[in-house]
Amino acid sequence: MAAPLSVEVEFGGGAELLFDGVKKHQVTLPGQEEPWDIRNLLVWIKKNLLKERPELFIQGDSVRPGILVLVNDADWELLGELDYQLQDQDSILFISTLHGG
Amino acid sequence: MCQVGEDYGDPAPEGPPPLRPGRELKCVKCTEGLPVVVIRAGDAFCRDCFRAFYIHKFRAVLGKNRLIFPGEKVLLAWSGGPSSSSMVWQVLEGLSRDSAKRLRFVPGVVYVDEGAACGQSREDRAKTLSDVKLILQTLGFPWHVVTLEEVFALPPSVLRCSAQKPVGTVGTYKVAVDSFLQQQHTLGAEGVGGSPSSAQGEAQPSQPCTQDPQDLAAQTEALSRLFDSVKTLTAKEELLQTLRTHLILHVARTHGYSKVMTGDSCTRLAIKLMTSLALGRGAFLAWDTGFSDERHGDVVVVRPMREHTLKEVAFYNRLFAVPSVFTPAMDTKAPEKASIHRLMEGFLLRLQAQFPSTVSTVYRTSEKLVKAPRDGCAAGPRCLLCMCSLDVDAADSATAFGAQTQDFSQMQPSTPLAGAPTVPCRAAEVGRAPNCCQGTRPCRREDSRAHVIEQLCYGCRVNMKDVPSLDPLPPYILAEARLRSQRPSPEIQEYLLENSDDEAHTSGSGAWGPPEQEGKDGQTACNCINKNIFN
Repeated sequence: MAAPLSVEVEFGGGAELLFDGVKKHQVTLPGQEEPWDIRNLLVWIKKNLLKERPELFIQGDSVRPGILVLVNDADWELLGELDYQLQDQDSILFISTLHGG
Repeated sequence: MCQVGEDYGDPAPEGPPPLRPGRELKCVKCTEGLPVVVIRAGDAFCRDCFRAFYIHKFRAVLGKNRLIFPGEKVLLAWSGGPSSSSMVWQVLEGLSRDSAKRLRFVPGVVYVDEGAACGQSREDRAKTLSDVKLILQTLGFPWHVVTLEEVFALPPSVLRCSAQKPVGTVGTYKVAVDSFLQQQHTLGAEGVGGSPSSAQGEAQPSQPCTQDPQDLAAQTEALSRLFDSVKTLTAKEELLQTLRTHLILHVARTHGYSKVMTGDSCTRLAIKLMTSLALGRGAFLAWDTGFSDERHGDVVVVRPMREHTLKEVAFYNRLFAVPSVFTPAMDTKAPEKASIHRLMEGFLLRLQAQFPSTVSTVYRTSEKLVKAPRDGCAAGPRCLLCMCSLDVDAADSATAFGAQTQDFSQMQPSTPLAGAPTVPCRAAEVGRAPNCCQGTRPCRREDSRAHVIEQLCYGCRVNMKDVPSLDPLPPYILAEARLRSQRPSPEIQEYLLENSDDEAHTSGSGAWGPPEQEGKDGQTACNCINKNIFN
């Protein structure tokens, strides 16, 4: 039902260490039954992008506490957090706040 | 949040251009802008209001605690991380404002390269350093880049609390500000751009620039050896913090800075508060987490970012393109239970996710902590490493607490050595178990370890338990420990002959040097310590 989506996934603040040091990933999410939302995206990331230590990025259903999610430079709390439905050409940024000071 | 929920339930938009759902909320402040970030428990701010809010908080914290006088030299401790980068950026912006609201102190920046302690390769360190210098050069302040290896060249005086400059009262602060403004007015040099009064663009080269590369390699090796010998990650992190503080203090003193600003954020301070409690540093919470930390006497550490949460910092840095340099730290990718710091961090952040007022509640508690009144640094002995007033009474051997902290000093008989010190125990190599001589021959190494441990506060003693041998420690620590344990107390003084050595001291290092003239604090320090040695 959902067409393939092309989104940009970016990691910052140290989170990129879990993704081979690559900060920006241009991904094409395949078409699937349910519409793509952040929840599904996280599952997809865990399966396809995450290179090591999944527990440092994902906790249960959601991201680990301490990791901020911005969709198009806006707080995901304004958009429904995990239930926000992705649109084509969205930019999702994961910033880890747990590093440095 | 309910309103947001209503929106996402809409079916997918029909035609181009797609409407982005979920932003029906308006900014709580200006009620017209599109919100971009949620602060605290549900206040949505638009971009401009968020920026104003953020900057205002920074200025308010500085203005509320009127500690930084106009024209004062302030050293900004920059680690490259988001909070300290944000702080440096705020200072940069604050200095370039119009004259009425301009920040009035004279900043400098220090960056400590800790790559050796974190196990980074030389290439990585060089790359990080070049990124760092690129950013430093755009700032326009005098900057200093130091490597952690330089702790091996620090003088023992860095561990001494210098005489405190008289802290101004509110009245003197106002007077100082008024006179400064008047001065600027008469000079007529105000209002032209944002050049700070100190040399703009003056870039101090990293020091020492003429260091022998072989020396540097040896020091790097020594540093790695030190950190490898520490058994737990908790103790490593504490040691790293201690050494870093000493190094920054030394830089500040050398270049005449009277204040040091660190970028500890609200979240970090809440975590630090809980961690300090777990580490046995409960007595010093007010200094470790308060706005100002005057334990060093002449250099005061202030924390202007203490009201900003990590989320606000991260958002600000992203929205307004604040440059920062990411360096992996010691606990990067460490598992959850690797150290007390990590455990506490995980605990607080998880709790915060479910109860959004956790961090601010812990932080508010830290604000209420009151420092016990002390007059300068003349009130009792200070811990060798963290320089807080000692909170242990080592003579209290009757309690379990006393017994625990006395484990090393009780291992050797306290018979005074007659004449020259005995031959040092050859068997005691680095890292060897402490009871090498089984007490048959007083082991000089054990003696010196006991003397160092005696001069530490409870928290530092607990850390030192994970450091099996004190030999890899930088020489200034051991030198200062030896110095402090050699000072005679006034009661003993009268029994000592003019040039005689050691009838009554067990420090085991030969001739009796004249006690250093350090005034009251030295005398009181040695009173306390000598009371323990001669017990």
